[in-house]
Amino acid sequence: MDSALATTDPADLHAGQEHGHVSLPQHRHHFETVEQQREAGSFGMWLFLLTEIMFFGGMFLAYLLYRNWYYPAFVVASNQLSVRIGTINTMVLITSGFCMAIGVWAAEVRRRSLLVAMLVTTTLLGVLFLSLKYGEYHEKYELHHIPGNNFNISMFTNPAGYGIKEAPLPPDMAQKTQVFFFLYFAMTGMHALHMIIGLGILCWLISRARRGDFSAGYVAPVENFALYWHFIDVVWLFLYPLLYLINRHPMH
Amino acid sequence: MTDQATHAHLNDPEHAQHRIVTPLQYFFVYIIMLALTGLTCAAAFVDLKWANAVIAVGIACTQATIGALFFMHAAFQSRLIKLTIGAGVFVFLVMVTMTMSDYMSRSWGMW
Amino acid sequence: MSTAIGNTIVSLPDQSTAQLPKRHYINNEYGLLSWLLTEDHKRIALLYLFSVTFFFFIGGAFAGLIRLELLTPQPDLVAADTYNKFFTMHGLIMIFLFLVPSIPGVLGNFLIPLMIGAKDLAFPKLNLLSWYVYMAGGTLTLAALVLGGVDTGWTFTTPLSTHYLNTHVITAAMAIFITGFSSILTGINFIVTIHRMRCPGMTWFRMPLFLWSHYAASLLMVLGTPVLATTLVLVALERLFGIGIFDPAKGGDPLLFQHLFWFYSHPAVYIMILPGMGVVSEVISTFSRKRIFGYTAVAFSSVAIALFGFFVWEHHMFIMGVSSYSALVFSLLTMLVAVPSAIKIFNWAFTLQKGSITFETPMLYCFGFMGLFTIGGLTGVFLGSLGMDIHLTETYFVVAHFHFVMVGGGLMAFLAGIHFWWPKMTGRMYPETISKLAAVTTFIGFNLTFLPQFVLGYLGLPRRYAAYPPEFQVLNVLSTAGATVLGFGYMLPLLYLAWSLKYGAIAGSNPWQATGLEWQIASPPPTENFTEIPIMDHEVYDYEWLANKTKKEVTTVG
Ligand SMILES: [Cu+2]
Repeated sequence: MDSALATTDPADLHAGQEHGHVSLPQHRHHFETVEQQREAGSFGMWLFLLTEIMFFGGMFLAYLLYRNWYYPAFVVASNQLSVRIGTINTMVLITSGFCMAIGVWAAEVRRRSLLVAMLVTTTLLGVLFLSLKYGEYHEKYELHHIPGNNFNISMFTNPAGYGIKEAPLPPDMAQKTQVFFFLYFAMTGMHALHMIIGLGILCWLISRARRGDFSAGYVAPVENFALYWHFIDVVWLFLYPLLYLINRHPMH
Repeated sequence: MTDQATHAHLNDPEHAQHRIVTPLQYFFVYIIMLALTGLTCAAAFVDLKWANAVIAVGIACTQATIGALFFMHAAFQSRLIKLTIGAGVFVFLVMVTMTMSDYMSRSWGMW
Repeated sequence: MSTAIGNTIVSLPDQSTAQLPKRHYINNEYGLLSWLLTEDHKRIALLYLFSVTFFFFIGGAFAGLIRLELLTPQPDLVAADTYNKFFTMHGLIMIFLFLVPSIPGVLGNFLIPLMIGAKDLAFPKLNLLSWYVYMAGGTLTLAALVLGGVDTGWTFTTPLSTHYLNTHVITAAMAIFITGFSSILTGINFIVTIHRMRCPGMTWFRMPLFLWSHYAASLLMVLGTPVLATTLVLVALERLFGIGIFDPAKGGDPLLFQHLFWFYSHPAVYIMILPGMGVVSEVISTFSRKRIFGYTAVAFSSVAIALFGFFVWEHHMFIMGVSSYSALVFSLLTMLVAVPSAIKIFNWAFTLQKGSITFETPMLYCFGFMGLFTIGGLTGVFLGSLGMDIHLTETYFVVAHFHFVMVGGGLMAFLAGIHFWWPKMTGRMYPETISKLAAVTTFIGFNLTFLPQFVLGYLGLPRRYAAYPPEFQVLNVLSTAGATVLGFGYMLPLLYLAWSLKYGAIAGSNPWQATGLEWQIASPPPTENFTEIPIMDHEVYDYEWLANKTKKEVTTVG
């Protein structure tokens, strides 16, 4: 669906200003001007991001509720996530967003090779993020911290036995760490899914950018995709403190 | 026709003139974002009681705003686009506050 | 002047000389692929028309089975759990595959570009995609049905849906998840189109009210539907992996599911009813030959309904153990939503006052709408008040209430709109006498079906049971008899509208002498809608403008 929005081809302003009514290949007949087409495309993209806010919103609401109910479990469970990987991943995502922004600039000033380079860097950083994320997931899998029937709470009832400096949780509260881990997997998983979709679109954009499709004044697909990519970054900017940094100072 | 269009846009809440942000500006934004990430991470390791959560969410909101305004060009968009973003945030907040109003008033004082 | 207008306008044009245009959007291209791959909003509207009609009759068949089972107090037609599957399927299909997409998908798609003077919606490919997504969701729903059904009720209530049932909950949840995306895409498309594609002179306050109401409904689709999507994903995950988000045994909260579900599903009622209100505004203005009284109030009341719609969902949860303080607030806000709806009803009534009213079929359906929706809305106020709700909720009173709103309101408006714009969509008139008969039959059948259910509910008969105490049989038999009449009333349009495709009188471009831009072009419209982009140089619902225009045409052409 994202690709559908990105492909609905609004055209570029410069082209419109410079060429007036000359019909461009990307100009679709039902729009009066390319300007109108471009504005329609970006407005549509923003509306789509609006639905994404609400889509993630439901999970943020669940997080807020359960964090208040099961604060001790959330703290201990959150402390089992690696701050280092989380912070690195945040920086990776911000950098990829920066590259994407430069990519949009490159398209607007019509520098093809810079655009391709930036899109490729964005993609690589996205892949790096996902591989780090995979490493984190894998560790949780080995520790039986994936919610479900195999979930194991012994690390939270007996942290000393695992060499963890946390106060042991009573069994019923330890059970609630499962809620944290579910939210962790649901939210980061949804986020990762959006990234995977984004990477797919990026590959398509790269192949088109190499042909020079976006360096002749027609930047709308790059621009709209950038909105999507930045939005995913913004979601992560909330996930990072909420999931990794609940309470990193010793509590007791 | 182009001239007319440009003039009409100046006061029109539904349209905005297109603006290109320079790489240097992007770079400043990028540095600020990284700095804020470092700050939020560092703040989490200091015991500030309830203020920890407020700072974390506050910094995240700041980052999101900066990201939306500059990386996503919302600052240079029409009022319509700004209103659209505002509507999303507003409805999300309605969902959160109205739901939490139920949970919080169910057990006064236990929150 | 006024008499002149009276004469010119009330006498409808002579249709005996009307001709079909040589080329229009239907005969522009031939072959199945020209329909399946079309990007023309008018053709996509017809695709929607066929598919929502198909699903309507499937959902209707389940309604028939439910009523048949309830003819006798014992569960003798089907077993109780089969009965549960019947009403679940009835609800899912009617709500998500009929009421939500019906008016926007068919009439909205067809009319929005025509009414604002555009060549198409802003994103034609997205529009086609939304139909395919809808069909995918519909197919998956039918798959859930064929594989053995699902018996959660359309509300997917946890923990029933997550822990206690062995039916195809995940298939059904995914079907609704997918269907939701269709409505998101439609909503995005409408909002962008209304903002970006209006023809010169078409200011916001020159837009027909149909557009205002679709705009408001689209806002709800865009902002509400994603929450339902999240919720259904969580239900599916809970069922698949037992992750505990809604499971009290693991620390989850079933009430959180209710909050999330109703956060969408209350606004969903307005997604179903707001477009219908737009239809009613157009029809009432046309057949009263008057500008809608209080145009601005009606326009803003649509937006107000959309806005307030997000503040009231907890009224579905009053007996579920929510906080009494918050219930108080939600109850108050629920009462407030009645205000913008009442504004509409009153303004329509004032439009009728001193209008040159005629009673064509769409107008009859609209009168049906006004009466039935008012009853539905007022009983909603009963249910919104905290004390009454404890007695009435989960009884047949609720069933009757929302059928008055959604069937008496939404479906009546859909039929009004289909009849009203049928000449525009097909170029041919429907047969007037038999269609009036159908409208009256529907109205009588509807009341016979659902008025007894108010009584049943007030007497305490709970909903969703296959069996009931014998003393309730008389009212149930009445209701089933009414359902038979109602079913007959719905079959009639299917038959005579199909008949009219070939044998109906040729309509001409503006058979009702309506003022909308869509009526100023040929029927059926050409593929590109307008040969040149129109300029809206008059106010909306300006019947004097139309009279002058018609006079001029007569002198120049004649
Ligand atoms: Cu409701």
